[in-house]
Amino acid sequence: MRGSAEVLYTAVAAGSFRRYATYRTATVAGVVTNTVFGFIVAYTYIALWHERPHLGGYDQAQAMTFVWTGQALLAVSALMSGGNLDELQERIRTGDIAVDLYRPADLQLWWLAADLGRAGLQLIGRGVVPMAVGALVFPLALPGEALTWCVFLLSVLLAVVVSFALRYLVALASFWLLDGAGLSLISGLACMFFSGMVLPLRVFPGDFGHFVQLLPWASMLQVPADVLLGARTGGALLRGLAFQAGWAVALLALGRLVQRAATRKVVVQGG
Amino acid sequence: MVSGPVAGPSAAGGAAAGGPATDRGGPDGGGGPSRGAALAQGLRAYGLIVRMWVRSTLAYRTSFVMTAVGNFAASGLDFVAIMLMFSQIDTLGGFALPEVALLYGTSSSSLGLADLLLGSMSRLGQRIRDGTLDTLLLRPVPVFAQVAADRFALRRLGRITQGVLVLGWSLPQLDVAWTAGRILLVPLMVLCGAAIYGAVYTAGAAFQFWAQDAAEVQNSFTYGGNAMLQYPPTVFSKELVRGVTFVIPLAFVNWLPALLLLGRPDPLGLPGWVAFLGPAVAGVMGAGAGLAWRYGLRAYRSTGS
Repeated sequence: MRGSAEVLYTAVAAGSFRRYATYRTATVAGVVTNTVFGFIVAYTYIALWHERPHLGGYDQAQAMTFVWTGQALLAVSALMSGGNLDELQERIRTGDIAVDLYRPADLQLWWLAADLGRAGLQLIGRGVVPMAVGALVFPLALPGEALTWCVFLLSVLLAVVVSFALRYLVALASFWLLDGAGLSLISGLACMFFSGMVLPLRVFPGDFGHFVQLLPWASMLQVPADVLLGARTGGALLRGLAFQAGWAVALLALGRLVQRAATRKVVVQGG
Repeated sequence: MVSGPVAGPSAAGGAAAGGPATDRGGPDGGGGPSRGAALAQGLRAYGLIVRMWVRSTLAYRTSFVMTAVGNFAASGLDFVAIMLMFSQIDTLGGFALPEVALLYGTSSSSLGLADLLLGSMSRLGQRIRDGTLDTLLLRPVPVFAQVAADRFALRRLGRITQGVLVLGWSLPQLDVAWTAGRILLVPLMVLCGAAIYGAVYTAGAAFQFWAQDAAEVQNSFTYGGNAMLQYPPTVFSKELVRGVTFVIPLAFVNWLPALLLLGRPDPLGLPGWVAFLGPAVAGVMGAGAGLAWRYGLRAYRSTGS
């Protein structure tokens, strides 16, 4: 039984991975856009760090690394869009969700698997090239040892899970709101701002800067970027991963509660 | 397909949809009475479709207010980033906050205007994929007008409002001796900028006839261009500035006229009069985008069924 469930969700993830692999033009277009934005943001950060060297504890190479990590993870952590959870939202709105609930699979795990498949493809398809271009043109503070890269990948995995758990909650809100477009928009904006995509959270001034680093969105870019560019080592590294894992568990559990309340609410009409 | 050739001229004319429309007639070549009539028909159709979408949007008032506020906030996020930067520094690339705000406000207003009038064109790829473009081809209305007005999104007033507010905030704080000419330069800059961005939207849509899934590439030039033009040109490498001056002349949206207004030298050492070429650049870009659109529409072969 346990084994067959694993096979099922692995198949869902693999299917999602393959599905995103077929959108080749869209992937190339995304890579171009991420690279162009990377250049623009990189130059503004060079000017900023020129005025204030060691701003937020980063040197210039670390700031550049942050820029390109952000571009590489933009699609992976779904910082700007809902990823494939926009579809879940649409299915709730149209009522197709009733069919999903009949399936002998758990709704949350099903979509988590699908989202991990998407993120996996986008990490390869949309993450590697912008990062490579950035590394060719700008001096980046990339780690030399393989272990740091492995920990970075673990941190990215946790980032995707936290991102999924938040987007899942937003999607489930459609059970009550019917039109979730407004909430998605607000959630997307919060994500852009509090993840560090707009500006690294370490640059935010004073207590506000400390506060934003405690919010779940910090797990989605700030923490993995800090792991990669060497701002988190030793105990801070472990604390960062624990922070991500903590939010992942808390938000997934909350998603489960909301899911239970939502499915109790569903009334299937017609015959 | 019948409306293919008709749609062409309105591509350049319609891009301006209002202000500089007369500007655009020039470089687009002498229009006979039939061309003029096609343009008028296109604009009328555009107006009718827009009115329909606005009515439908306002039927769901709460949703409209929420999305408009969201659009305002999405655009404002970039400015919040700039303010956060200036909480740590006094000048960026030698420019103070009001000067950066001038750049931000002009580019954002221009993009907002173009996005409102032509932003729906980025959905063309979707229509080609699902085959609904064919429906538009059958109607006796220029395709360009239909695509441009498709799902007209009134919420995009949010971005314009935000841009104009920042612009209005920056102007009194600038160290500029205001003359009638300099005051006039500001709205002219915004309108010209909107026409340039409009040409980019049109060219981007034309590109989707060949690459339906490539809508995102267009973002590099519209939102990407906007992200770049918000910051002073001194921040960027010379090659990049040359690229947006000579290759894709986005620098004419606000950099060149704003440098003139602020009395700052051009980082490429271009003479001051170049800044006045904005309307001509907008015209040429509009005409080029119009041709690309026309060519794309002619090359379009439906997937059939």
